[in-house]
Amino acid sequence: MKTTSIIAAGMTLFAGAAFADMPVLSVYTYDSFTSDWGPGPTIEAAFEETCACDLQFVGAGDGAALLARIRLEGARTDADIVLGLDTNLTAAAMATGLFAPHAVTATGLTLPIAWDDPVFLPFDWGYFAFVHNTDMENVPGSFTELAASDARIIIQDPRSSTPGLGLLMWVEAAYGPDAPAIWDGLADNIVTVTPGWSEAYGLFLAGEADMVLSYTTSPAYHLIAENDATKTAAMFTEGHYLQVEVAGMLAGTDQPELAQDFLRFMLTPAFQEVIPTTNWMYPAALPADALPPGFETLIQPETALLLSPEQAAEARDGALATWQAALSR
Amino acid sequence: MASRTQPLGHLQWTGAAVAALVLLAIVAPLAAVAWRADAAARLGAADWAAIRFTVIQALLSAILSVVLAIPVARALARQRFRGRGLVVALMGAPFLLPVIVAVLGLLAVFGRNGWVNHGLAFLGLPTIEIYGLHGVVLAHVFFNLPLAVRLLLQAWLAIPSERFRLAQSLGFSASDMRRHFEGPMLRMTAPGIFLVIFLICTTSFAVALTLGGGPRATTVELAIYQAFRFDFDLGRAALLGLVQVAICATAALAILGAAVPQVLGAGLDRAPVAWPRARQHRFGDYAAIGLAGLFLMTPLVALALQGVPALPSLPSVAWAAAGRSVILSILTAFVAIGFALPMAALIARGQGRTGLELVGALSIAVSPLVIGTGLFLLLFPVANPVALALPVTGLVNALSALPFLLRALVPAMIEAEATQGRLATALGMRGWSRFRLAILPRLRRPLGFGAGLAAALSMGDLGVIALFSAPSQGTLPLEMYRLMGAYRTDDAQGAALLLLVLSLGIFWLFDRGGRVNATT
Repeated sequence: MKTTSIIAAGMTLFAGAAFADMPVLSVYTYDSFTSDWGPGPTIEAAFEETCACDLQFVGAGDGAALLARIRLEGARTDADIVLGLDTNLTAAAMATGLFAPHAVTATGLTLPIAWDDPVFLPFDWGYFAFVHNTDMENVPGSFTELAASDARIIIQDPRSSTPGLGLLMWVEAAYGPDAPAIWDGLADNIVTVTPGWSEAYGLFLAGEADMVLSYTTSPAYHLIAENDATKTAAMFTEGHYLQVEVAGMLAGTDQPELAQDFLRFMLTPAFQEVIPTTNWMYPAALPADALPPGFETLIQPETALLLSPEQAAEARDGALATWQAALSR
Repeated sequence: MASRTQPLGHLQWTGAAVAALVLLAIVAPLAAVAWRADAAARLGAADWAAIRFTVIQALLSAILSVVLAIPVARALARQRFRGRGLVVALMGAPFLLPVIVAVLGLLAVFGRNGWVNHGLAFLGLPTIEIYGLHGVVLAHVFFNLPLAVRLLLQAWLAIPSERFRLAQSLGFSASDMRRHFEGPMLRMTAPGIFLVIFLICTTSFAVALTLGGGPRATTVELAIYQAFRFDFDLGRAALLGLVQVAICATAALAILGAAVPQVLGAGLDRAPVAWPRARQHRFGDYAAIGLAGLFLMTPLVALALQGVPALPSLPSVAWAAAGRSVILSILTAFVAIGFALPMAALIARGQGRTGLELVGALSIAVSPLVIGTGLFLLLFPVANPVALALPVTGLVNALSALPFLLRALVPAMIEAEATQGRLATALGMRGWSRFRLAILPRLRRPLGFGAGLAAALSMGDLGVIALFSAPSQGTLPLEMYRLMGAYRTDDAQGAALLLLVLSLGIFWLFDRGGRVNATT
């Protein structure tokens, strides 16, 4: 026992020494990206094959926790890249002054919208949607139909969850000044509000509600990983709000070239092909015919809704107050 | 009372150091967060609503847990039956579960698609709705009833058997028993138990929100989340963290002031004897045990049924995380004992008791998010917080187990000092040998119980590791959340069952270890 542990300790030291000569690229991301089930491990291996560097992922909660972490660390952060913010957070991220322009020409983007942000580059995206079982009757086709129906839904709290905030923005983008009326109508459909996506989805799978706020890509997991075709997403006529997940380079990075290499790598197939079946989102730069079989069965919203980062930042507090008022009654 | 004239020994000095450490652990993170704030914050109407809801649900949960625990604990103390030990051990399980697991277990029984509603629908009766204040209280009672039962049972079993002999020969009726033994015993222990449950429920957030049915059920802890992640307003986060501590401190002072220390007289540690007229109460007692068992066990059975199929194919990462969690929880238990024992010795001396008990209770009053963020701010300038994730988690877990350990240890310590202390002093015993020979043997049961509790809590708690999370150092609860977050619900259910079994197993081992030479 003792000898093996000494050997193990020696190996670790040796490994540390071997890495010592290599530059380290530190990428802060949300926890589920780096977990064994997420894209992190495969992407790390693929990038390290080409970069002669040590890519280190550091996990921090979800997107909002990630931004809070960077704000806490400030200019002294070790992060070279932050990966996993969405467009509801990028205005606040810009305001910190900690991020630098990426200077990467993004070609071959396959987002449903145009992209010209000089600081943040997208790596994946998805449509928010209400997921339900295929045997559900009278599936609502819009927010107004949902509000008028007796369908029971589970949503996430915008104060503690990124999809929860996404739903606020969805209603805001679709209805603007009429959003309060929509929320009043939805209030009696909402079974409960959970702190995060995992709890909401778990409750839905346990049969606690007819529908759950998730993504149009969620049914792909059940189809591809579980061979279960009983989940689908409801198409809403107002259009579906987009979540675009982005990465950005820190101004204070000590590895600017390596960081740019990583951002370029992020848009190549070696990175993009990992996304669909690990993050269960659409890759940001991969044509539809390169998606894994099963993705063609997903609903294709006709209208993509997205507030600009500035609009989202401006609408946020009012939308939250509306939501709280409607649901507290 | 305890010998006030004795100078402080090593143990008590250590106790004072622990108290100072706890105080530091409460104050430093709050101060660190407040220090980084840009502007002073004020409480708005939404905050007052959150404070109101927090206090109401915590009060209801604590009252119901303690009141319901009394008949169950008495029944378990009074009746002897085969499998009693197993019942006592299994009944502790809900307290040890991670929040989301317990919620899913409760929903499998009481949820919309749960067993109860299926049964009601089958009988043509209207179905029940779990979401709302009553759902929050139901879940908190599910969590905390077992804790209250176990702590009360400790107190009941601590009544010296000589008292029972006397009661038996005097032909005591049930009301005599209540007046002479149980009443004083409850006055001494119940307020403290009420307090810890109130404190646990005060920092509740996921249970309150998920079962509360929406933003009506906003607790102060959720308001802290909002301040921290939604608004990144550290001043507000610190202020709300302070509000939480103030609520807890007020409750603690009110309750600790009301608790009346009692000593039920010395015993000679004889084997326990049967309760007078235990048979008369058979029906009521077994009904109490049966109902509590049904309420507490059914959700666990549901969890077990869901988890078993996934257990054999559980990914290796989950097993590695389980190994880390077991080691972490055992270390946590020893650290927690190291904290609690000297502090209990200091409290038992009597001087400054309320203040010390307050400090001892408050380590669970600070928002985990504030502690985590505060520690991060404190560590970041000097070390890599991610590299320290496991030790920091263990330390914070040990501190949060302190209130439970003190609840188990302090009454036993006071009792031991009062009954054995004078003799020990008369015999000229001092310091360590006095403690080892006169006091420690009387603490065996609460020590085993407390260590088991600390270990199991550390096992099941997500803890501050979620904030520091290093990808390769996940504990089992963290890994379970990761599985859930990656759609792998079946694997997550398997991991939850593994967590339940390991928590219970560790608790059982420690708890048994504390009862080696007890006949119960």
